[in-house]
Amino acid sequence: MEYHVNGKTIPADEEGYITNLADWDKDVALEIAKSEGIEMDDERWEVVNFLRDYYDEYQIAPAVRVLIKAIKKSMGPEKGNNKYLYELFPYGPAKQACKIAGLPKPTGCV
Amino acid sequence: MADGDDLPKLDDPLDIPCLKPGAMEGLEPYIAAPEHQAKLGFPGELVPDWKERALAKMAELAEKDRAFQVYLDACVKCGACTDKCHYFLGTGDPKNMPVARQDLLRSVYRRYFTFAGKHFPKLVGARDLTEEVLHEWYSYYHQCSECRRCSVFCPYGIDTAEITMAAREILDSVGMGQKYSNEIIGKVKEIGNNLGLQPKALQATLEDLEEDIEDETGVSVRIPLDEKGADILLVTPSADFFAEPHIDGLIGYAKVFHEAGVSWTLSSYASEAANFGLFIGSYENMREIALRIRKAAQDLGVKRIIFGECGHAWRVAYSFLNTLAGPWDFLDPNYPVPQHILEFTWNEIQKGTLKFDKSKNDHIRLTYHDSCNVARASRMGDKPGGQFEIPRNVIKAVCNHYYDMPDDTIREKTLCCGGGGGLLTDDLMELRKKGASPRMTALQQVTEDHGVTHMAAICAICKTQFSKVMPAFGYEMDSIVSVHQLVSNAIILTGQDTDDEEDDAGGEE
Repeated sequence: MEYHVNGKTIPADEEGYITNLADWDKDVALEIAKSEGIEMDDERWEVVNFLRDYYDEYQIAPAVRVLIKAIKKSMGPEKGNNKYLYELFPYGPAKQACKIAGLPKPTGCV
Repeated sequence: MADGDDLPKLDDPLDIPCLKPGAMEGLEPYIAAPEHQAKLGFPGELVPDWKERALAKMAELAEKDRAFQVYLDACVKCGACTDKCHYFLGTGDPKNMPVARQDLLRSVYRRYFTFAGKHFPKLVGARDLTEEVLHEWYSYYHQCSECRRCSVFCPYGIDTAEITMAAREILDSVGMGQKYSNEIIGKVKEIGNNLGLQPKALQATLEDLEEDIEDETGVSVRIPLDEKGADILLVTPSADFFAEPHIDGLIGYAKVFHEAGVSWTLSSYASEAANFGLFIGSYENMREIALRIRKAAQDLGVKRIIFGECGHAWRVAYSFLNTLAGPWDFLDPNYPVPQHILEFTWNEIQKGTLKFDKSKNDHIRLTYHDSCNVARASRMGDKPGGQFEIPRNVIKAVCNHYYDMPDDTIREKTLCCGGGGGLLTDDLMELRKKGASPRMTALQQVTEDHGVTHMAAICAICKTQFSKVMPAFGYEMDSIVSVHQLVSNAIILTGQDTDDEEDDAGGEE
């Protein structure tokens, strides 16, 4: 599949993960989020930005636990839990948030 | 996608559904891309001479593997297996009756390899191999989790999973691989684990966990990586470094090793216990993955190998490790090769090395899901049935409230989680939910009868599958727990800050 953003065509795989990580920008993220039925707000941007920073450093998305810890630090303990992350991204913080962040899908028994 | 409304409502986990012919027809998981196939030595896409190659592969398998030929020849269609598959129970599709699913391959085998089928195909239900048949194989052999529950009931002892594995091997050989499994195997070969987790990221994750344990307990517990000269190499599924509740199990292993006072290490080179080579029936790929463990053990100079909580990994390890990657004569002969983490923990419990406060698990009431590959394809400890008893013994040693699910859904008759054998992929979510419904119904029964709130498991696939499907059955996603998570909750580390100590500033009890 592919996304169309600002006159550009962004290729993606069957599941909607963009193929070239360099194609990503905020407008692409908004378009992916739209196709997922998700409206981006400050909290969701914070998760997406954290994922991208972590990926820059480690070439992979963080463990869910690491993500939760980071969210707890910035948004407070009532939001630093798996349940809240699933409220933000119903198909899972690791997979759905990664998709919007333009990162590859975590594979394996996860 | 199936949601709650579409799921069968079963009164009993083993209720036989009304037949729904064609219900799951045409369901095909994403096909592997050429670059995924290439890494495994398979053609990138459907080859022009697929028919000749598929039949040649079938002939080769029947020739090389006598058991496979016997399984093809021996079935008398007695029907004992028909209602034993969770995917049949959950979907009602008659082609998901194990005998019918196997016959998709058998009918072609009869056509080309038996006298009657060659000369009187219609009389014996023999079919030509067509592209339509190939797609039917691709569809239905990805609706089998190779869990082998049906084999338990087969009077001829036909190992039905072997038929599925052979079918997938034939499909791979003509260029029709499954994306989920084959992409993952490629990552193991390149990076060392299913996730694609690089050593730097693994190191950072482990350090983070060490910090968490110290914050929680006040005790410094190490999770060593690539430490030469350690006694024990722990090989665990990479999901233990990433997902919930897996990672809580990893913390449990670390605490147990710490209290037992043994030296241990993880390896970044063999940072994966899972071996998806089994799922696709590829001996060569299975061997290549297993050899990584051998190399890691030799490079690190360890004396023992212990496997973490992973179902099919334990099957590969317990049943095949020696032929795949042995001999293991460089390891300490005083210990089994390999050993399961639960055997280790249970031994320590019996020795009295570990101290527990069982009330730390009083907020939950538990049952245990026997994972198929552990239950039906391996053993633990030195007594028959150890693979059933040892996990339950450990759970009961750390929890006060434990209840088994109905007898015909546990131990060797356990129901698959619905996501095993290479089916744990989002594009099969509907099948996964339907296939989970027998197990979920059994769970609901113990919830009604005994107030069970949580289910423990020792397989990374089971844990992920349940955390995804449980919400469709009225449970929270964290109602599935790792067995070593329960151990971690209850264990009192030497020198650990406890509530009691804070009250009376006392020392060790």
